[in-house]
Amino acid sequence: MYRAIVIGASAGGLYAIRDLLVPLPSDFRIPIIIVQHLSPTSENYMVEFLNKNTSLNIKEVDEKEPIKPNMVYIAPPNYHVLIEEDETFTLSADEKVNYSRPSIDVLFYSAADIYRKDLIGVVLTGANDDGARGLFTIRKNGGLGIVQTPSSAEAPQMPSAAILEANPEYIIEISEIAKLLIEMNKRSD
Amino acid sequence: MDLNDNNREKIEADLLIEAVKRYYGYDFSNYSKAHIKRRMSVFLSKHRYESISEMQHYVLHNPNIFEDFLNNFSINVTEMFRDPGFYKDFRESVIPILKTYPYLKIWIAGCATGEEVYSFAIMLQEEGLLARSTIYATDFNSKALQKAGKAIYNIDTIKSYTSNYQKSGGKSSFSDYYMANYNSVIINKSLKENVVFAEHNLVTDGVFTEANLIVCRNVLIYFDRDLQDKVLALFNNSLIQGGYLALGTKETIQFSEINSKFSTISKENKIYKKTSI
Repeated sequence: MYRAIVIGASAGGLYAIRDLLVPLPSDFRIPIIIVQHLSPTSENYMVEFLNKNTSLNIKEVDEKEPIKPNMVYIAPPNYHVLIEEDETFTLSADEKVNYSRPSIDVLFYSAADIYRKDLIGVVLTGANDDGARGLFTIRKNGGLGIVQTPSSAEAPQMPSAAILEANPEYIIEISEIAKLLIEMNKRSD
Repeated sequence: MDLNDNNREKIEADLLIEAVKRYYGYDFSNYSKAHIKRRMSVFLSKHRYESISEMQHYVLHNPNIFEDFLNNFSINVTEMFRDPGFYKDFRESVIPILKTYPYLKIWIAGCATGEEVYSFAIMLQEEGLLARSTIYATDFNSKALQKAGKAIYNIDTIKSYTSNYQKSGGKSSFSDYYMANYNSVIINKSLKENVVFAEHNLVTDGVFTEANLIVCRNVLIYFDRDLQDKVLALFNNSLIQGGYLALGTKETIQFSEINSKFSTISKENKIYKKTSI
């Protein structure tokens, strides 16, 4: 039974994330936590954009906030997101990882440590290799790895790096990832 | 019995935290566990230790390694005019009130390498307040404080600081405030005159001063809720009535005991005013 889904995206990520979340039903239970690389000074318009375009409850991660079902959490600009044992969020303003803050690897390591085998990691489009080592760690701890087919991604480098590093169970297009997540969510009921 | 690596690491981490507390007197036991784990894993790969137990040996036996360990635990990642919107808001909503005081005491807690201190000094100077202010800039990390006192920064950072400064409502040209020298810049001495740097540990030390303003941004996020409450109570006791408290944009007093004693000046930029004792 999966207890959380972590998703990482960079260049081209906004629309990829939208396309992934649109098919998910409003009663989608497994909490989803997303790191999308953003400029540090940008307003988090993603929350508004995704709330408008999907039927899910989307919000920016707050410090010490408990992770709840039926929720989609977005990392705030300029903070790393960590997960505590009591399934609450911790934010960190420490150094960038892979030139990024928030970093996908940082979220993935922390989530893999807490959720172990009950975690799904998803790497989408991007023009760097953030998320690759994180996805490797998720798989090492028994979790499930899913990567967007590089040829279908706006920027193929990030999915390619994740495939090479983590040897994920699934390399599929966005619409297939959505179907798979819906299936996993049903099984986790 | 659960004999897995994860469990063992947790035990090792707890033991190291206990050892550092008993031997060196630095108490990290109420820091966020996820944060500790991350900092330990960064330190582990930097020094290529096999395990936290191996790391513990060096941390306890070699003071230089301990200094590096401490440095790794105190987050010194900061920038000048970080979150320009905060400074802009502060200028508009707090500075006019501060102008009504003949003398200002300002406590910047967790000042790390000083970038925030000089940002405040610049803003206060532009608003005509620096001459009648004393800024107490504190941190538990003496190495970071030394760097703060020197006020020398890498020239590569200046471009983004300049852009931050402009967005923060700066009234002058940022280059007026430093001298470039090869690969570094040194902040003008005049900005340092009213700054007092001092070691202070928020976890173990008590009330610091009677301040008109306390600035503590992106420090509380690394603490667990109990320690956050304790530190917020310390801030409350270190502020005059009508004094201001500024936290990081993702920090809040909302869930703490001091919440009822403060009113919110800026929800977005986490600026609070102490309204009752």
